[in-house]
Amino acid sequence: MTQTSLGESVVQKEIHSQAQNNGVAANITHTQPLWLLAEVTYRCPLHCAFCYNPTDYDKHTQNELTTEQWIQALRDARKMGAIQLGISGGEPLLRDDIEDIVIEAKKLGYYSNLITSGVGLTEKRIQAFKDGGLDHIQLSMHDITEEINNFITNTRTFELKKKVAAMIKNHGYPMVLNVVIHRYNIGHIKEILEMAEALGADYVELANTQYYGWSLVNRSQLMPLKEQIDEAERITNEFREKVGNKMKIFFVVPDYFGNRPKKCMNGWGEVFMIVTANGDVLPCHSARVLPNMQFPNVRENGLEYAWKESPAFNKYRGTAWMKGPCVTCPEKMNDLGGCRCQAFLLTGDAESADPVCSLSPNHHLIEKAIEDSKNPVLASQPIIFRTDKNSKKYVAGDKERVEEFHALP
Amino acid sequence: MENNIQNSDVFAIALHHRFQWEEAQQSYVILFPEGMVKLNGGAGEVIKRVDGKASVSEIVADLKRTFPDVENIEKDIIGMFEMAYGKAWIRKL
Ligand code: SF4
Ligand code: SF4
Repeated sequence: MTQTSLGESVVQKEIHSQAQNNGVAANITHTQPLWLLAEVTYRCPLHCAFCYNPTDYDKHTQNELTTEQWIQALRDARKMGAIQLGISGGEPLLRDDIEDIVIEAKKLGYYSNLITSGVGLTEKRIQAFKDGGLDHIQLSMHDITEEINNFITNTRTFELKKKVAAMIKNHGYPMVLNVVIHRYNIGHIKEILEMAEALGADYVELANTQYYGWSLVNRSQLMPLKEQIDEAERITNEFREKVGNKMKIFFVVPDYFGNRPKKCMNGWGEVFMIVTANGDVLPCHSARVLPNMQFPNVRENGLEYAWKESPAFNKYRGTAWMKGPCVTCPEKMNDLGGCRCQAFLLTGDAESADPVCSLSPNHHLIEKAIEDSKNPVLASQPIIFRTDKNSKKYVAGDKERVEEFHALP
Repeated sequence: MENNIQNSDVFAIALHHRFQWEEAQQSYVILFPEGMVKLNGGAGEVIKRVDGKASVSEIVADLKRTFPDVENIEKDIIGMFEMAYGKAWIRKL
């Protein structure tokens, strides 16, 4: 499955950089897995170059959790406060028990979201999802280069996509379209937006590739230039003006063009929990890249242990693990030192400041990566994009009344 | 968006949004595609009354009865309506 609306972006709480108290109910003493992402299978009919699934996913396709195990996980997580449920993959529709999972989710009071490429979505299944109480479907455009081709040439695959989009709308769901952006399609933003319009999308998320799993392997081929991003943003703004309110477009800028990191996943083990196809429990998608970490598995000790007690979830909670410059930094509660995976992948030290931060002694790695991305030969600097969740749409001063959590930027 | 709230306006929870009490949060929340809003205290009390039938003035009157000691409550309520409407959590009928 694509990572755009997942990753650290799935849980985006409104954070004002100047806010003193930005902890919701969740902080180190009182964390709550508000968001449960169920990566129900790693099987997938597609083969996207930017897929963030683990590169060894093959070994996890044989030992998927059973329907009963998923239902138990849903129940346990709900007891712990989970409320948003993402059903993702691989392609979740390759499992034939999504209907059962949806029904249980509704019973438990989740707001549920199916994240699918649309491959395998039939009238019968979508009706069952609707009847079962699925709240929302997000259609991901995967191999977008091919999709654009199909769109431009109006071939059968595009017709199929159109059919799926219409199916989603006809069942009263909003049409949410999610497109991963990289060097090879960033030049086609206009076509992508036109395609979204033709599909009748209500929301479009354009998100830059983040480099985990397969996309990390492919990063040197995928990373766009700053100039390309700026140009894409300009085209997006133009398009926004043209379509007005009928299609909301989110353009997600990678974080390394800023000088402070994102509060990754809204804080390690604070509000976000992933259960993978084989039952591993993770605080973020890419966490498995970190060295010397043993992640808990629902089959062994269950979710409550995983969240509350497992060494992995406690390791980077709060600020106790920090070293300089973060440990004495007055801004440390704003970003909690950024992304551990980004820190590790770029600096080799998972406990160092996210190098996106200009205060990091390793910040030159980011500057160099940006430099290198301009050099076609050198465009292989290890970089993980962090998507900027663009808090522009929030109105300052609303913090006392409400606290927001966002997936879309 | 037109944010002006009239006394006679009637609002409902926006499409694809769900309003519910969350035991684990001890608060009301609004859930929507890929996001949620936790409504603290008074905000929850206002949105709880948004049912597609009651007008703004009826809701104000009801809240005044329920919380007779709160000063300036009307201003807060209207402010909450403005924000919720501005953010499209509620829709005008
Ligand atoms: S459809 Fe999703 S899971 Fe399948 S290969 Fe593409 S990104 Fe990966
Ligand atoms: S030094 Fe560390 S805590 Fe301070 S802003 Fe940078 S990353 Fe955040």
